[in-house]
Amino acid sequence: MSELVLSDVAVSYGEQRAVLAFNDRVDAGDWVGLIGPNGAGKSSLLRAIAGLVDHDGTITVGGDDLARMSDRERARNIAYVPQEPLIPNDMTVSDYVLLGRSPYIGYWSTESKHDRRVIADVLDQLRLADFALRPLGALSGGERQRVVLARALAQQTPILLLDEPTSALDIGHQQQALELVTELRREQSITVISALHDLTLAGTYTDRLVMLHEGQAVASGPAAEVLTAERLGEVYHVCVTVDVDPDDGAVIVVPRRGFPVGPPR
Amino acid sequence: MNDAAADVAARDRVWFVGGGVVLVVAILVGVSIGPAGPDWWRVPLELLDRLPLIAIDSGVTEPQWNIVWKIRMPRVVLGALVGGMLSIAGAGYQGVFRNPLVDPYLLGAAAGAGLGATIAIAIGRGAWNDWPVNPVPAIAFVFAVVTVLVTYTVGTAFGGSRSGATLVLAGVAVVSFTSAMQTFVLRRNLDVIREVFEWILGSLANATWGDVRLCAPYVAVSSIVLIMHRRHLDVFRVGDDEAATLGVSVTRTRLVIVVAATLGTAAVVSVSGLIGFVGLVVPHLVRLLAGSRNKRVLPMSLMGGAAFLVLADVPGRILENPAETPIGVVTAFLGAPFFIYLLRTKRISA
Repeated sequence: MSELVLSDVAVSYGEQRAVLAFNDRVDAGDWVGLIGPNGAGKSSLLRAIAGLVDHDGTITVGGDDLARMSDRERARNIAYVPQEPLIPNDMTVSDYVLLGRSPYIGYWSTESKHDRRVIADVLDQLRLADFALRPLGALSGGERQRVVLARALAQQTPILLLDEPTSALDIGHQQQALELVTELRREQSITVISALHDLTLAGTYTDRLVMLHEGQAVASGPAAEVLTAERLGEVYHVCVTVDVDPDDGAVIVVPRRGFPVGPPR
Repeated sequence: MNDAAADVAARDRVWFVGGGVVLVVAILVGVSIGPAGPDWWRVPLELLDRLPLIAIDSGVTEPQWNIVWKIRMPRVVLGALVGGMLSIAGAGYQGVFRNPLVDPYLLGAAAGAGLGATIAIAIGRGAWNDWPVNPVPAIAFVFAVVTVLVTYTVGTAFGGSRSGATLVLAGVAVVSFTSAMQTFVLRRNLDVIREVFEWILGSLANATWGDVRLCAPYVAVSSIVLIMHRRHLDVFRVGDDEAATLGVSVTRTRLVIVVAATLGTAAVVSVSGLIGFVGLVVPHLVRLLAGSRNKRVLPMSLMGGAAFLVLADVPGRILENPAETPIGVVTAFLGAPFFIYLLRTKRISA
């Protein structure tokens, strides 16, 4: 199985250390949510896994060291959706999703029947088939988010990294996007690691939360354990109450008026 | 979906065949029209006559044929090579830097060639005329390549490996430095200023088959390499980071594309001088007409740029006969209004 193992992963930009010796193991098919305040190291960690920044320590997928893989091999193992994807306005939806097949297409060949099949399936799955020939510039924010997700899924990787996948969406589209990810990873048992800002949504959709603070994991576990008012006060310098729904155990974080614990940085 | 893909492939073929037809027509027009030589309509007949298994009496005399074959034909073929190369290189540069205002001269190929030619002309002062081969293009070529190497070294040494922006800025610095050196050399050799100026304006007027042989291999190799990377250029459109997560080795691929585009550009610039506008605008014309997939943009830029420059070379021969209107003037004169017209009717995007 393709579990993801991170051992002593550290990322620094010059003198500034963004992630310090991060260790974790994500089982195949799990969804782990990375939470923490701005600058805690969530994005850096995701970028390290995606191979976009140099890092110390090792990251393995199904036992294979990512550092030993070629760029193409890595792209067949890990798909990454950035916080603010660059969207070429005049590219059509199907051309854009086709980019997700590039790790499988050689210099001289063009996309195969199989590649086209994959794209058609992904577009169907994300209810984008009717948009296939539309330019990206003509889509709404929610549709665009689905298209970016479609491109990542077209890579057919066992691991999917999402950096703030819902930050640009309204609450309805946020929920839609997260439901979609839930559905997809169940169907295809994809391992998902995502940075999320909304703590309640993060707790609701993921199997496990990892809270980062100043580059270190300060808590890891189910939402009810990680999201405590005290810890949130310490890490985010925020005044909240945390309610647990007695029926389904959902953890709800509610901001309250009052002085935060210590000054926000 | 499969139908749609097949549809796209079929339309690709229509575009390529269309581009080929336009290029052939442009070449026929280019060899048929000129101040001396046979009546224009006799030339295509004569060309047909020279094909195997076809015999047509075109009434073209041997001296007239010599004008067509030894003077016009190399000029037209060189025009096609130069125009095609500048355009496909421009398309490659624009793609790899995600910048619509970039042209093939960006990293100093033109400025370097200009400096090289100026130095060569200043030192030679006509003495080269006795040489069996004119060394000016060779010197210009070497200077062009060295200048781009300097830009690349400076840009990657200080800018981090993944940033295309620093490379562009390094290009700006190196180009100004090189141009300043050229001006300096020129100021000290004012007697050759006319010769240098004519070289800078660019011309196909004295084209020979030798020039064609000199740059054709570069144009061929560099076009093939660029077209091989059509898919990578599509991936580059979503940004360096995402390109990397899609399996493209960003730094290496950018280097390969830049090297290919630059070698081709340096080769054509060294034989034709600096012909502006083509490399910047033809790729945009192609995108406006045929869409922005590089599978189409690169080959269509090659064919379209070739046709465009061959046609642009025609009025220059007749307008001020017996003098020549510089081709750089004609390209901008014809191209700019057409480009503005397209901008008005279609919406442009980078």
